[in-house]
Amino acid sequence: MGVQEPLTGPRVGQDPAAVVNDFSLAVATANGTGSQTANLALLRSFFKMGIPVHGKNIFPSNIQGQPTWYHIRVSRHGYVARREPEMLVAFNAATVHEDVAGLPPGGVCVYNADIAFRPERTDLTYYPVPVKELLADVEVKGKVKEYVANMTYVGVVAHLLGVPLEVVRQSLEHHFGGRAKLVDVNFDVVRRAHAWAEQSLQKVDPYRVEPMDATQGLILMTGNEAAALGAVFGGVSVAAWYPITPSTSLIDALREYLPKLRKDPEGRPTYTVIQAEDELAAIGMTVGAGWAGARSLTATSGPGVSLMAEFLGLAYFAEVPAVVWDIQRVGPSTGLPTRTSQGDVAFAYGIGHGDGKHVVLFPSSIEECFEFGYKAHDLADQLQTPVLVLSDLDLGMNNWMGEPFAYPEEPLQRGKVLSAEEVERLERFSRYADVDGDGIPYRTLPGNQNTRAAWFGRGTGHDEHARYSEDSDTWWRNMQRLARKHDTARQYVPTAVIDETAGARLGVICYGTTRYAIEEARDRLAREGVAFDLMRVRALPFGAEVEGFIARHDDLLVIEMNRDNQLRDILRAELPQHAANLHGVGYIDGMPLTAEWVERQLLAHLSGRAD
Amino acid sequence: MDRVQKLNLVGLAKADYAAAPSTLCKGCGHNSIANQIVQVCYELSLRPQDVIKLSGIGCSSKSPAYFLGQSHGFNSLHGRMPSLGTGALQANHRLRAIGVSGDGDTGSIGLGQFKHLVRRNVRMAYIVENNGVYGLTKGQFSATAEYGQELKYAGHNDFPPIDVAVEAIVAGAGFVARSFAGDAKQVRELLKAALSYRGLAVLDIISPCVAFNDEEDSRKSYAWGRANEKALQELGFIAPQDEIVIEDYDPGTTRVVELHDGSRLTLRKLEEDYEPNDRMRALERLRRGDEQGELVTGLLYYDDSRPSLAEVSGFGDTPLSELPDDLLRPSRAALEGVLAGYA
Repeated sequence: MGVQEPLTGPRVGQDPAAVVNDFSLAVATANGTGSQTANLALLRSFFKMGIPVHGKNIFPSNIQGQPTWYHIRVSRHGYVARREPEMLVAFNAATVHEDVAGLPPGGVCVYNADIAFRPERTDLTYYPVPVKELLADVEVKGKVKEYVANMTYVGVVAHLLGVPLEVVRQSLEHHFGGRAKLVDVNFDVVRRAHAWAEQSLQKVDPYRVEPMDATQGLILMTGNEAAALGAVFGGVSVAAWYPITPSTSLIDALREYLPKLRKDPEGRPTYTVIQAEDELAAIGMTVGAGWAGARSLTATSGPGVSLMAEFLGLAYFAEVPAVVWDIQRVGPSTGLPTRTSQGDVAFAYGIGHGDGKHVVLFPSSIEECFEFGYKAHDLADQLQTPVLVLSDLDLGMNNWMGEPFAYPEEPLQRGKVLSAEEVERLERFSRYADVDGDGIPYRTLPGNQNTRAAWFGRGTGHDEHARYSEDSDTWWRNMQRLARKHDTARQYVPTAVIDETAGARLGVICYGTTRYAIEEARDRLAREGVAFDLMRVRALPFGAEVEGFIARHDDLLVIEMNRDNQLRDILRAELPQHAANLHGVGYIDGMPLTAEWVERQLLAHLSGRAD
Repeated sequence: MDRVQKLNLVGLAKADYAAAPSTLCKGCGHNSIANQIVQVCYELSLRPQDVIKLSGIGCSSKSPAYFLGQSHGFNSLHGRMPSLGTGALQANHRLRAIGVSGDGDTGSIGLGQFKHLVRRNVRMAYIVENNGVYGLTKGQFSATAEYGQELKYAGHNDFPPIDVAVEAIVAGAGFVARSFAGDAKQVRELLKAALSYRGLAVLDIISPCVAFNDEEDSRKSYAWGRANEKALQELGFIAPQDEIVIEDYDPGTTRVVELHDGSRLTLRKLEEDYEPNDRMRALERLRRGDEQGELVTGLLYYDDSRPSLAEVSGFGDTPLSELPDDLLRPSRAALEGVLAGYA
């Protein structure tokens, strides 16, 4: 059969041209066929071999039958940004022609020989997999057969790349968590496919893996799982939510961890999770719980945040702690509901009616999802205000490598909450008085037994004693205090991560997950003698270090995943003296950035720069 | 010489339950209800610190500022008090809650949250001060205004009303009552029972708006209510520590309802064949009342078999809001244990 003949490249193992631990593999399947298990088995196998790895779900918003892709980036350098794949597993007849057309010259295509596909490009290496034939003797029925069919490509890819079968088995054991029968059924197919490939396929492409020790001690987790775990260790007690992709898995994780980790000595839950009727109610419950003194959160995405605007404005003004996780997707409405974005930055920062500037955090990794997961509750309590954590689909729903999370060293920071005894010692309790000059008032919680502890929360104008007031001076004074509190927040929020080792004239600014493509591009450009300094902003309002970095560079480029350069505009507005130096490149198509794209943008920026 | 103030069981005078003076119109039904809330909390010997007052937006929702000045309260968003209250009462399930809403707040913008509050059975006395019009925005019809009503500002009402009590019954509420702000005694007895109920108690109180909807022929007016009120029962609330004393006790005409906290509600039937234990019958009676031009009041439906949201949640005695830090943050070993599964 012609397509099995070597088309390009010599044999692996004897050839210095072999590409080891440095490629991207795309698996194209149909949604709902159980391919996730197969893909995670491959991902985890590389990870277990000690090779840096990252997997991305690229999927449409459907339950079953529609195309879905899984990209695995294998990088001995540790790069985890999206990279156009050189290897393809083509198991979906609906997309196979498009998928194959997307491969670069010299690319590799492992395909299901049972689907209607005739290899035409001659610059690729093809490996057909006779899926039906391989499954002929496998004794499983119906739907299960469809699921285990994906294990055929696991076996073939394991052979082609050089993944030991034992490692694949361990990965399946991890995936199925001790359900031995499932492991056996799946591994049986992997083994058969592997044996067949060994017999029948001649390895002619250059891509392969070799064990490393770069993942020793690391964990592999999704951002949403890490965020949920952080919240659990941050003492979250009330979580209210309404299902929405890509945030749902955060609550799923919360519902998995909480029963295991948060029981009192009598076995009673120290938490509650409520599925609300909509996001209006979810944020209402979150704010109500925060007012009553429990640590509370909701998780949502852009459309849900839109519905939460009114309550977030109220919570800002009534000064009630609450945490909102926004796992950003492309909007509006259903937009591209299963594609990633950084499009909610401006909306989140100013959300609410009337004046309001919020505390917004930008995690970029699973470590930061965990850390901000508990810190967001500290900040909300300390500042008595909603804290919005802006993750994204790419971070939230995909598996990322990370250091095992550091246990929080500081105790819970509950902020200025007065007990009955503390109220007793005061001449008068004044809910909204700026006693300490930092704009943060003192509060009491419902149930406080001091008869002078009560205050009345409201959106209407109020004086220092929380009494109704329409007095102009009182209103202005309160707005000034809230502005002072926002300034205080600068000292509390996570500081920007700054790398100025290049000492370059160009300073690049980013936040969240775009860092990975930018960091890779920086290394690539450095080899070409092009250097830039890099600052990753981690929160709004930003601290003095952000202004310092901006002041030290006369050419600044803000790179972000939205069209309008939302963070650039916030920086320009708040640092008008540097506005002319702040440039931006915003891009949004639903896909995470690649280093190639960033490199092109940077070179274009530099070539257009007036020196 | 100062007047000697009578103290209740927790040593408080009625004045301890007062708050800022009302800014609502003189004669507004809502003021009367606020006064009854003060009286009831005093009589029930509630500690103001154990009570929260919650409201949405509207004339009715302003009124929590006019009672229980020593209680925490929250005047929240239009139609969104149910969710705020749900969160607050999950955070601290030991608080007693008085929710005050209106017909716009509950019947229009908040209908969804209201129905879900009922469905979750959050423990709260939920009062709808129902006057059929929007007062703060100067007299538009609300969704509870009667079909075909004519008002000077609002004009002709082209749509049939939403009946808050019907919605509550259909949504599965276990305590549904209707009352009339002009019938202070009935309001008080129902309020006491509502505050002693296991879950969500809905009190739909016709509370006339003297500014925009008090014409004699309006079904939300004082005059119409006084002329057409048809009370299903004569109600009497008996605190846990008090003995039942009913003259001419006749099980055929008087029913005693045991409430969750040990108190009891006596219902002396005024309408012989009405028992408040049948949803369909309650709905039927309300429909007949509408047809016959009656303001049917009293306890429409009662069933305390369904647990409250807090009960379903399985909380211990200590509210979530008062848990010590060591119960909120798991141990270092617990974190390591979880992470081991991701290595």
